[in-house]
Amino acid sequence: MAQEQVEEYLEAIYDIAGTDGAAKTTAIAKCLKVAPASVTEALQSLAEKNLVNYEPYKGASLTDDGKKIAETIKRRHRLLEVFLADVLHINRTKVHDEACRMEHTISEDTENALCRMLNAPSRCPHGSPISPCSKGIGSCSECDAATGSAVPFLSDLRTSDIIPITDLGAQEKGTIAFIRGDCKVVQRLSDLGLTLGTTVSVTRKAPMNGPVEVFVRRTKLAIDHKIAENIFVNAVKGGTP
Amino acid sequence: MSGCGGCKGCDPKKESTIKNADYTIALAGNANVGKSVTFNQLTGVDQIIGNWPGKTVERAEGLLQYKGKRIRVIDLPGIYSFSTYSMEELVSREYIALEHPDAVVNVIDASALERNLFFTIQLMELAPPLLVSVNQIDLAEKKGLTVDTGKLSTLLGVPVVPTVAIRGKGISNLTEAILDLVHDHPVPPVLTYGREIEERIGKIVSLMGAVTTPYPVRWIAIKLLERDPEVSRIVGSQDLSVVAAAGKLSEEIETLHGEPVCVVMSAERYQIADRIAAEVITVRSPEDGSIKKSLTDRVDQIALHPFFGYLMVIAVIGGLLLWTFLIGAQISNYLAGFFSQFGQYEPVINGSLSSVLLNGAWTGFVAGVTLIIPYVLPFYLILAVIEDSGYLTRISVMLDRGMHKLGLHGKAIIPIILGYGCNVPACYSCRIMESPKQKLLSAFLVTLVPCTARTVVILGLVAAFVNIWWALALYAFDILLIIVAGRLAFRVMPGESVGLIMEMPDYHVPSYSVVLKQTWARTKSLIWLVFPAYIIGSALIQAVYWAGWLTPINNALAPITVLWLGLPAIVGITLIFGIVRKEMTILTLAVLLGTTNFATVLTPVQLIVLALVTMIYIPCISVILALASEFGWKKSLAITLVEVVAATVIGGIAFRVLSLFMG
Repeated sequence: MAQEQVEEYLEAIYDIAGTDGAAKTTAIAKCLKVAPASVTEALQSLAEKNLVNYEPYKGASLTDDGKKIAETIKRRHRLLEVFLADVLHINRTKVHDEACRMEHTISEDTENALCRMLNAPSRCPHGSPISPCSKGIGSCSECDAATGSAVPFLSDLRTSDIIPITDLGAQEKGTIAFIRGDCKVVQRLSDLGLTLGTTVSVTRKAPMNGPVEVFVRRTKLAIDHKIAENIFVNAVKGGTP
Repeated sequence: MSGCGGCKGCDPKKESTIKNADYTIALAGNANVGKSVTFNQLTGVDQIIGNWPGKTVERAEGLLQYKGKRIRVIDLPGIYSFSTYSMEELVSREYIALEHPDAVVNVIDASALERNLFFTIQLMELAPPLLVSVNQIDLAEKKGLTVDTGKLSTLLGVPVVPTVAIRGKGISNLTEAILDLVHDHPVPPVLTYGREIEERIGKIVSLMGAVTTPYPVRWIAIKLLERDPEVSRIVGSQDLSVVAAAGKLSEEIETLHGEPVCVVMSAERYQIADRIAAEVITVRSPEDGSIKKSLTDRVDQIALHPFFGYLMVIAVIGGLLLWTFLIGAQISNYLAGFFSQFGQYEPVINGSLSSVLLNGAWTGFVAGVTLIIPYVLPFYLILAVIEDSGYLTRISVMLDRGMHKLGLHGKAIIPIILGYGCNVPACYSCRIMESPKQKLLSAFLVTLVPCTARTVVILGLVAAFVNIWWALALYAFDILLIIVAGRLAFRVMPGESVGLIMEMPDYHVPSYSVVLKQTWARTKSLIWLVFPAYIIGSALIQAVYWAGWLTPINNALAPITVLWLGLPAIVGITLIFGIVRKEMTILTLAVLLGTTNFATVLTPVQLIVLALVTMIYIPCISVILALASEFGWKKSLAITLVEVVAATVIGGIAFRVLSLFMG
């Protein structure tokens, strides 16, 4: 098996097993759009390499080694998505496929450079979390120090931070950058006034990930925390309009 | 349909509407803008509250008489858009386009002009004779917002009337304007979107030559561009190529903007709404220069506080229940005493069949009166006050996370609280949930909520003869059961769940007309459904009694009642009676055992087990009917079966566990 193929399989199992515990052959086949028979074959070969635990009929789960690879690939994938979307301004619907092809070819150095340049983003454009790097350091500033400070043009490039509305502090303002999620929910939110570019603020956050109270167009809306996490805003820094 | 609460919407022919009207107008607008108050101001007392034919959506209709004209006023549901997000939105747009009201009055909130105009723009697309009523201008003034209604009228191209509906201000001007409108039938002007949108709307319109629908052509074109599923279906049934072509155009817009086309269209509409709002609103900064916190903000600091907020929820709901049962018990006793003058208040088994039937019907009627008037009515009245004040939305927010554990969201707390009064209106109120799954799930949980009748049983058996703590323990157990059942049902039931997205209106002093109307809407189903079920059911059960089927039924149930639940065989029949009326369990028990001091014949364990089983085993027959009319017989009977089995299993286990340390 080619390395790229190995990584694709591990990634798929990581995604599927992440929600269901073990990844069934049919689910993997569906995800990768290949025949179930070739999945079985591939899983056997991955099991030989000690990357997955494979039991026929039950499905596959990742070993620690396999998981490490899968997480690295996922991190690279999501970093690349942020890069493509935010820096190169490529249409968000296309960044996933693009990143899918690029993720297998970049080196660890490139990965870390991307991370530094993008200010260690916490989420990909689709809202999935980006895992922290595996370097044995305490904070990003140590990383910057070790490699000779952050890439200089970065701060100019990112005049604003795109963050989920849930990360907006009380009385902080932001403008809607984009909303992810189910089409019906997105439409509902935009019908209620959360359209792109609209200024919003968070009046209150209920404790323990309860609903978020958002102030928009002179009205207050209570929004489920999970839905609100997918509303991304350009944080407007205090004072400046 | 007002005479047919039991078969809501099942028979459109029975629909009763206001007759001999010269004109028909509709009120449309967002929720919480004072639309209902405006409706009440216009129509006074002549109102019919029912359902839209074939839909589980409430419909209110009233009569406005002015200058010798009879005008039928339809109150459309409060909605934010004409998408297909909810049944309310579909019903409203179909009504305006297909029934052609002589005028549509769009009630908008002066304090939230942008969001309200967003809806106005969509109304204009449907092109009915339109009038805008800018309501709550006084509240807007208080917030420092002055709306130039004259300019708004010029910009929109439709008449605009300022009102303060709750105080009746501007209502006569509104009525005059309505009369002008129904007379002249003007078509509102077309508001144009950005060039890339208009070009494509034009293209779709040009393709629609052969397609005929009852809707305006431009509206159809816009909806096709938005990929509206319903409109795509209508047009697709005539000419699929138009839908396909429109789909291509939608795709072009999506590539251009990188966003779904419906979102692009919303943004376009908001752009127009923002522009108009900016031109007509004058913002006055507060005189003393500082931004004073509004009353709503100050109350919310407590109502939504992570600690005090919960205290307030408990205090309000607990107070509501406590008040109802303290006051209710008094009135109920008084009423029962009053009715006992007229005749036998207890089940009888002697005499001719007709007198037994009559007696049964009478006891059923008395039971209904002594339950509904003292308990349910005050409960719903106070609840309507809490609701109209705006506080109920805060309860929803505070309990949203807890409700997530049941697979629901905060709004579902409303039917559940209603359930403590009577399960029947509570089942109907599950309509406020968004997805079919959430509707059914919340209705299922509602049937587990101990209503007033079941509370009477718990208090009468356990609180009176064991102690109050065991009665409270039963309540606590019930909440636990609702949580467990909710989690299980959430996993088993198919379908999607939608998270909470809810407007948080400002607090305001409740309007008595809205409160009374809401109370009536909820109590009405009791009168049309619960009352007949009580009367007919009680008569039938007495007939069973009279026919001498008592012992055979008790014997048939003995394996469950005696062996498994550890109860006397005689309770078998009382459990059957409880299907009709839960509180009848106590009555029949008293008659059958020949005493009202149950402690002499039943052990504490038996009392608790009986109350527990009664609490869970089945929603009464009225609830089964209500569930069937909302969700169909299959689901209604499935819920019934699940609860009977659950009650039996739990009751048996409780008997064994309790016997260990109470025996």
